[in-house]
Amino acid sequence: MEKQATRDAYGKALVELGHRYDDVVVLDADLSKSTKTVDFAKAFPERFINAGIAEQNMMGMAAGLAAAGKTVFASSFAIFATGRAFEIVRNSLAYANLNVKVCATHAGLTVGEDGGSHQSVEDIAVMRSVPNICVVVPADGTSAGKAVEAIYQRPGPVYLRLGRPSVPLLYDDNMNFTIGKGIELRSGQEATLIACGIMTAKCLEAADRLKEQGIEVSVIDMHTIKPIDQELIARKARETGAILTVEEHSILGGLGGAVCEVVCEQCPVPVLRMGIMDVFGQSGSPDELLEYYGLTVDKIVANTHILIKKK
Amino acid sequence: MREITESAIQEVSAKALLIRRDIIKMLGEAGSGHSGGSLSAADILSCLYFWEMNVDPHNPNREDRDRFVLSKGHAAPVLYAALAEKGFFPIQELGRLRKLGSPLQGHPDMRKIPGVDASTGSLGQGISWAVGMALAGKMDNRSYRVYSLLGDGELEEGLVWEALMAAHHYRLDNLTAFLDHNGLQIDGPISEVMSPEPVADKFRAFGWETLVIAGHDPRQIMEALHTARAVQGRPTAIIAETVKGKGCSFMENRAEWHGTAPNQEQVARALEELGGYC
Repeated sequence: MEKQATRDAYGKALVELGHRYDDVVVLDADLSKSTKTVDFAKAFPERFINAGIAEQNMMGMAAGLAAAGKTVFASSFAIFATGRAFEIVRNSLAYANLNVKVCATHAGLTVGEDGGSHQSVEDIAVMRSVPNICVVVPADGTSAGKAVEAIYQRPGPVYLRLGRPSVPLLYDDNMNFTIGKGIELRSGQEATLIACGIMTAKCLEAADRLKEQGIEVSVIDMHTIKPIDQELIARKARETGAILTVEEHSILGGLGGAVCEVVCEQCPVPVLRMGIMDVFGQSGSPDELLEYYGLTVDKIVANTHILIKKK
Repeated sequence: MREITESAIQEVSAKALLIRRDIIKMLGEAGSGHSGGSLSAADILSCLYFWEMNVDPHNPNREDRDRFVLSKGHAAPVLYAALAEKGFFPIQELGRLRKLGSPLQGHPDMRKIPGVDASTGSLGQGISWAVGMALAGKMDNRSYRVYSLLGDGELEEGLVWEALMAAHHYRLDNLTAFLDHNGLQIDGPISEVMSPEPVADKFRAFGWETLVIAGHDPRQIMEALHTARAVQGRPTAIIAETVKGKGCSFMENRAEWHGTAPNQEQVARALEELGGYC
């Protein structure tokens, strides 16, 4: 299967966006080669601003640029964009409902060898809790590229969560990416696997394996965590009676939390949350880390069996 | 370019007095809010809104307008008074400061009040917005200028220095920042709490054209703004030596008036000192 990192797709999509729209301005904090905004910087140097190693000021400048009419894409690693700069994102970008897209790469464990200090496992929860912020976590390169255009078209602040490693391409260019609308990739009746980001591909693989075992499950690419597709979650809860959430993020407050909120209120059924169990990460290769923290196809299959028994 | 004339000085002085009276009255009505740091900035805002800045109260979002960012957002009353006196909204609105449902929030909200260019209040963030606005002006080859007002206690926020560094790096000569150097913060004198001194040396070290003036003298404020317009290739800082609570004898130079509003008796006394109680 062909692979691409969502950050690579982001970098390419930004350049295309820059050609189409004059108001696009891109900011980075000395990580443009890693976040891939370097491509935009080369194509449109007059519309690229390097903030230096100063994520707080990057977000503050983004606010000023947006208040002056620009559509701003501000990039850094997820840990700094949502952590170091949190209160500026909250008070300057979200409170004033400004047109700034916080596009953070190197989210989750798959940062890899840099270790736990750089592995953001709480960013979805943090961003999701702030009013006005829309949270998007694309599953592959194609949808990441589409998401860039979609978030440009959506007024107001957006958090786009991107990854470091190459991941399988799940979609072709004809895919339809609509913010707030989850994508049903498989339709089975015994359970629903709801994933976001790089775990979506693993859920598809798990669904294939479960099918070989005679178990048909649904798989949802829940690329928008906020506003979450409540209608789809409630319908799948009714139709399949059990939900497994899978994310490269803490089990607290992220995709799993968001899905539970909907399921509890609208159609209570058994839910199992897979993610990082309220611990920090550590150094290792991305695959070793996913294995160590239990975010594997084997575990998804095993947990689906456990979940179905709870129905 | 605007001229420094006796009549201009008289006008901004008269407006500064009105602004101070508005501040006292609205804080008295609100029963809470920041008195001292609003009064210390009244002359600066009067010069900006009634002499320097190109703004139109009938068209507050005009793209080529000059921008003002109140980085020390807790001094919202001085900004609201200046905007109301300029005609951005009716003066009676000032009586709704800090009330439920009012556009006049405790700290400025650009989405609720015409003429407010930035939502500020969390210290250090406004100057960072101002840098972004000045960058946008350069990017679009626009002639508008961006002004900001910092508090001296605010300099203790690290973000301020990130913003100052960026403004110099990007040669933002369309940006002018005032420092309301009144020497006091909530817990006491800045020199005792966490001294940012020597402030002028620090601005200079960060590459800013730096002027030190008497912050309650309209002529000096105007002359500094004149100088700032002529500076090329770098931003200008105007260190305004001010008195916290300026204009009300019982508030002047007293840190306890940082975040305190006057009661009705104190309102009457303050207005008496500011041209008469009425």
